[in-house]
Amino acid sequence: MTATTPNASMSMAQALNAALRDALREDERVLVFGEDVGPLGGVFRVTDGLTKEFGEERCFDTPLAEAGIVGLAVGLAMGGFRPVIEMQFDAFAYPAFEQIASHVAKLRNRTRGRLSLPIVIRIPYAGGIGGVEHHCDSSEAYYAHTPGLKVVTPATADDAYWLLRDAIADPDPVIFMEPKRLYWSKEETSTADRRAAGFGRAAVRREGRDATLVAYGPSVPVALQAAEAAAQDGLSLEVVDLRTIVPFDDETVVASVRRTGRCVVIQEAQGFAGVGAEIAARVQERCFHSLAAPVLRVTGFDIPYPPPILEHSHLPDVDRVLDAVDRLQFDDEPDLLHLTREAS
Amino acid sequence: MSVRRSPRTVEGLLPSPEPVRFVAEDGTAVEPPAGYAEPTGEHLMEAYRRMVLGRRFDRQATALTKQGRLAVYPSSRGQEACQIAGVLALREDDWLFPTYRDSVALVSRGLDPVEVLTLLRGGWHCGYDPAATRVAPQCTPLATQTIHAVGMADALRRKGEDGVVMAFIGDGGTSEGDFHEALNYAAVLRAPVVFLVQNNKYAISVPLAKQSAAPALAYKGIGYGIPSEQVDGNDLVAVLSVLDAAVAHARTGGGPFLVEAHTYRMDPHTNADDPTRYRESQEVEQWESADPLARLETYLRGRGLLGAEDVAAAHKAAEEYAARLRDAMNADPEADPFELFDHVFAEPTPQLNEQRALLASELTARED
Repeated sequence: MTATTPNASMSMAQALNAALRDALREDERVLVFGEDVGPLGGVFRVTDGLTKEFGEERCFDTPLAEAGIVGLAVGLAMGGFRPVIEMQFDAFAYPAFEQIASHVAKLRNRTRGRLSLPIVIRIPYAGGIGGVEHHCDSSEAYYAHTPGLKVVTPATADDAYWLLRDAIADPDPVIFMEPKRLYWSKEETSTADRRAAGFGRAAVRREGRDATLVAYGPSVPVALQAAEAAAQDGLSLEVVDLRTIVPFDDETVVASVRRTGRCVVIQEAQGFAGVGAEIAARVQERCFHSLAAPVLRVTGFDIPYPPPILEHSHLPDVDRVLDAVDRLQFDDEPDLLHLTREAS
Repeated sequence: MSVRRSPRTVEGLLPSPEPVRFVAEDGTAVEPPAGYAEPTGEHLMEAYRRMVLGRRFDRQATALTKQGRLAVYPSSRGQEACQIAGVLALREDDWLFPTYRDSVALVSRGLDPVEVLTLLRGGWHCGYDPAATRVAPQCTPLATQTIHAVGMADALRRKGEDGVVMAFIGDGGTSEGDFHEALNYAAVLRAPVVFLVQNNKYAISVPLAKQSAAPALAYKGIGYGIPSEQVDGNDLVAVLSVLDAAVAHARTGGGPFLVEAHTYRMDPHTNADDPTRYRESQEVEQWESADPLARLETYLRGRGLLGAEDVAAAHKAAEEYAARLRDAMNADPEADPFELFDHVFAEPTPQLNEQRALLASELTARED
């Protein structure tokens, strides 16, 4: 079966659509369902055309009840199917949290491995699109904190395709978090089959020697722009894209920070008790003797997600990242002293 | 033998105004509503033997908590007619989605009692194999299993099997949102699932009157387009007849069915509960006179189906069963601490492997 692998002209939303289409084609156990995913094709059009091509038995609209969607997926997965379900928005997934935390995450463990739940829960998440309240939450930490869930978030169209294929093929439940503001971004994508190559492995998006920026999902483009801007000032920043928050790729992150000696962790979510805090702690525990400066975090503020008119004040941007880079105590290193002085 | 109920009319959805009953509290036959067939004598005798065994198992489990062999046990004494009829109405290839109070149903379905009690003795969260037994893990969160049952029922339909799924739930559980989502999904998907509400009048300490203002919990079906029935839950003959009809309805493409069985929790919520704080002993005594096992025994004797020898044989078998269980539960359950890491994912993450190594070093240090 020839897969509709992504090509250069695809947006992330189109790449996700292609991944769902190919998975439905290749495995008859795959089912796609959720709110408005049928004839409408989902509010972000990620499921566009799937009901038409595969019929209502394979891609269908459910009643409007998120715990029901997830619970239904649990029963179907126990019965041998591979549900790929959509939560319409990040904050609208909360009614399903009990189903996710108490059942999806735990069934393998409760039954000593006798049952497994190959379920993918797709969640459009995070902000930057001018969405009104309850449409822009960064909810990844809730899931990453729950043992038994894999948590994936692509930053490129190419990764979106392959990580979703991997997630659907995975024997365990995967929370697949799609950065809304990247749905329409188009990137260079490859057609080479690299299934499983990125699952659990971070990607070095840009090589550098002076500091490491660790980012995931919507923050990866911000990190890359910051690295580009810093390069103008003669500073060479490495950018690591986590791809999967769980499993976490300690190896790639640690190798990078040991080489550069400095680290800034970037997340769009509010900072307190977030994924970035975990990353900062892990880096500090593993790279202490290589670090020339404290590991810093660049995050959103600890506030409920702001109204659209104010979201630019909340979201970490290139300047906030560069300010953090400035605080990495380059002043203490004679060889870089002139660079930072020139920059300021 | 099944009552055809049309979900397309209000009349087809409504339960009978009074609970369906075949046998009065004194064990004499009463006229059941039209359309319900009495189960065969053979079926009823099987139910009797299982009720005797189930009650003995329940008593033994409660005793095991006093001996420290079980961490906790939520008794279903008084609810045996529901527990046994629920199991008897199902085929082996049907699925059951039980709650924590349904251990009697599980052993009646033939599951190893030690495996059933693994959860409650603290050995592991689920001791039996759900895939092999077609019994989902006993659910301690309330009502969440009802929507899983709908998903399983939809899976069976998709695979072209004519299996039926039965979900057990209590009166308190019908207040949970997941129960209502499950009813709605089941009706929309026309899933072959039977919901059995064992209304035992208390959710731990909260009485039914504070739980629901519905005329009966069975009426919760109508708003979702699900035909429903209410039945005397201490009348095995009636529960089995109604559940047989409900299962036949689901199996033959009629979609979901909701049954409310009126019963009573004779024992405390668990061994850790103190029911004197919230109910009168007089109320409990009244329900003693409605005991489902005594009622069935009187009825079967009256019909000449059950003799003294049958009674003695059933009790002898139950005693032997209890003795075997007691012996088996005397040994401490074996537990491998490294199994803690085995079932989080199919393949452990690097972090879990590190934590396993940490635990290994801790255990080694403790030995030294």
